Amino acid sequence: MLAGAGLVFVALLVGFVVDLVVQARPAFAHFGVGFITGTQWNPVTGHYGALPFIVGTLETTLIAMVLAIPIGLGAALALSHLLPPRTRVVLGGAVELLAAIPSVVYGLWGLLVLAPFTRSVIEPAVAFVFGHAGPGSGAEIGIGLLLAGLILAIMVLPTMVAISRDVLAAVPADQVEGALALGATRGQVLWRVVVPHARAGLLGAVTLATGRALGETIAVTMVIGNTPAFAHSLFDTGATMSSIIANQFTEATEPFHLASLIAIAVLLLVVTALVNVAARLLVRSVGRSRAAIALA
Amino acid sequence: MSVLSLDPILSRRAEVQRIAEGSLRRRQRRSRIALALCVACILVALVPLVAVVAYTVERGAQSWSVDFFAHLPTPAGISGGGIWNSIVGSLIIDAIAAAAAVPLGFLIGLFLAQADGRIAGGIRFAADVLSGVPSITVGIFAYGVLVTTLHHFSAIAGSFGIGLIMLPVIIRSSETAIRTVPVDLSEAALSLGAKNATIARRVVLPAALPGLVTGMLLAVARGAGESAPLLFTAIGSQYLTLSPFQPMAAMPLTIYLDGIQAFSDLQRVAWGTGLLLVVIVLLLSITSRLVTSRLGRTRR
Amino acid sequence: MTDEEIPVSPATTAEPSVPSGPSGPSRGGGEMAIMQLRDVSVSFGGRPAVRNVTFNVSIEQVTALIGPSGSGKTTLLRALNRMHDAVRTAQVTGSVLLGGIDIYGGALHPTLVRSRVGMVFQRPNPFPTMSIYNNVVSGLRFNGIRKKSLLDEAAESALIAAALWDSVRDRLNDHAISLSGGEQQRLCIARALAVEPEVLLMDEPTSALDPYATRRIEDLIGELKDRVSIVIVTHNMQQAARVSDACAFLLMAEDRAGELVEFGPTAQIFSSPTDHRTEDYVNGRFG
Repeated sequence: MLAGAGLVFVALLVGFVVDLVVQARPAFAHFGVGFITGTQWNPVTGHYGALPFIVGTLETTLIAMVLAIPIGLGAALALSHLLPPRTRVVLGGAVELLAAIPSVVYGLWGLLVLAPFTRSVIEPAVAFVFGHAGPGSGAEIGIGLLLAGLILAIMVLPTMVAISRDVLAAVPADQVEGALALGATRGQVLWRVVVPHARAGLLGAVTLATGRALGETIAVTMVIGNTPAFAHSLFDTGATMSSIIANQFTEATEPFHLASLIAIAVLLLVVTALVNVAARLLVRSVGRSRAAIALA
Repeated sequence: MSVLSLDPILSRRAEVQRIAEGSLRRRQRRSRIALALCVACILVALVPLVAVVAYTVERGAQSWSVDFFAHLPTPAGISGGGIWNSIVGSLIIDAIAAAAAVPLGFLIGLFLAQADGRIAGGIRFAADVLSGVPSITVGIFAYGVLVTTLHHFSAIAGSFGIGLIMLPVIIRSSETAIRTVPVDLSEAALSLGAKNATIARRVVLPAALPGLVTGMLLAVARGAGESAPLLFTAIGSQYLTLSPFQPMAAMPLTIYLDGIQAFSDLQRVAWGTGLLLVVIVLLLSITSRLVTSRLGRTRR
Repeated sequence: MTDEEIPVSPATTAEPSVPSGPSGPSRGGGEMAIMQLRDVSVSFGGRPAVRNVTFNVSIEQVTALIGPSGSGKTTLLRALNRMHDAVRTAQVTGSVLLGGIDIYGGALHPTLVRSRVGMVFQRPNPFPTMSIYNNVVSGLRFNGIRKKSLLDEAAESALIAAALWDSVRDRLNDHAISLSGGEQQRLCIARALAVEPEVLLMDEPTSALDPYATRRIEDLIGELKDRVSIVIVTHNMQQAARVSDACAFLLMAEDRAGELVEFGPTAQIFSSPTDHRTEDYVNGRFG
């Protein structure tokens, strides 16, 4: 009976992949490789190229990781090595609670609270830094690429912090003591001994957080504007692979439209699966079972 | 060792001390800045949490009233609408999803806890991958399996998607819960003459119960908050529907569909629903943590 | 215990100071003290672990802390380089004079104390992400030394002193963990020596090693004492008899705090101890 359950599970997963590929096939068959490299997405004329969304996904993920990696690492160091025990538990628990909040609530808050704030405070600041050119050019309307990146950063921080903290806490005490006994300052101990020791696991945490950022749908779709084209600056609206699917699926009456959206889903599935596999291999190589459970 | 060969050591010692003392201020300052930055990082990381919860509580509470929970939605612009259908819908969809995912996930977890080999490794790996899959793709799978075949949107298609999301959480936690039952418990039972199946039922299961319950609560918390898989399966409804074969409203869907509208009273509904969802999810998470610590401890 | 003269710390004067008078194990007095413990007590969360220890660590000698397990030897050792600073519940009272200055007095910063009092741990703990060379010079780098010539010089001298130079000189860039257990421990000794400390604390440095590696390190200790004064914790009496010039025998009292029973030259401790408890211990009458 147990084996039967296992078989059902495997069948489900295989069915998952097969079903998506089958639904997407018309698009791949029709557009071929041009689907991935095509820059035009126009249901009216029947042109479906996924590149704007691939780039959009990469851009929002990049913004998110640029913010989440240093802040997450710093927070994890504080939680694992700096704060007194009781503070550790309270703040660590608070960060984990962040992870439990549904993404649609983040999306709602992002759209109705953070977007106006972004428009009035953050975007002018960013525009100033970039001299109103390049990434900092264009109308400041709040929603768009930058906001999506910010929301993603907030959403992957708990993952980044929780796993990094476990990995950093697993560095043996005698490594820390060995460094202290040589006359190292606490900052040197953390930066030159603890972090390098944990680097495989930290890379795993980064990879896992990246995987989550790549696949996040609802919060992004609520704040990115869903313009099926390339974003020309941080303030521009755009779309990611997951957001365009959520946005256009129920209105895709034309068969190629639907198949193309599902084709994007296939691409997304492949990318996130690969990234997640890499992440788990990295964290597992550290052999820390608590961190591995935290991944579930 | 002659005194002469000590000279380079002693002069090196003096120079090391000279440099160490001279650089002490700089090294200490750098260390303090680094440590302060780390503590700042954790505070920065918590600001969004506080902000999200605070705004959700503030704006959501404004919508809360008995009417809000008991009534059905009203058209935009007309006040007095409620989310009764969303609450019932979430209950039905999540219950069906759990009814399918919990037994299946538990059996697989049990299998993984006892087997150790290529197949078990492969299944565990697959469960890991499934847990990282974007929820929108799960929705597409559910669409392909249950919407295109039945030719219309339905709650049960939504349950299929939510169930798939719950499954890896249950598998993982079940396996862990069963694995952490001390081996000597089952060995003691074996030595007393009990059969394997009896051991599983009478000894292992009760001992693993806290972990299993935790897993279930966490899975439900996760599944209840997902909206992407429901977007084109259950798709939502303005009415109270009880049939799983019809479209159905659900809380996460309501938050999304109403939240993106330009009407402020729909946005208010979204906040109110959001607060309810957050409260439910947080209660489930906290309860699961209590179950682990309390029940787990007394059993030992 | 005889009265000792308090010498000026060799590190702060430019001239090398040579101890006058013989420093063999047969004489318990007359040597200069590099470190002086006065009523040192360590407690954790109010519970005393070590109480009122007073003795001198003579320069260029090996002083062993011996006694059954639980007698506070390691706790006492760690008080000598302020390692208890990292433990929130720990409290150290009394004074530990290094070259006449109390390391707990506030005149010396803890990180500077640790650059002058080095430590080798029970299990070898080389930094796994660093090469052999980088491990050896890591202490120097922590203390702000960057000049390559000084680093190279110190590394070579330390590796020679640790009897590792010949086997690693051609593979200094290899990973430190590619060495065997005994070699790793000697690497840790070299790493501690490279900072040119005045005192080297060794916490049961051979208990995790096989007899052959143990023997090599014991030989090393004898060769090192001209360069650094050594305080070694050992639960192995024969080792203490082999390598040390003076012994401090600690025993756990009724309240579970360790106290100093007797201190003296090794020969005296082992052949004609003053206290009957010492005599019982060295004759193997209890563990």
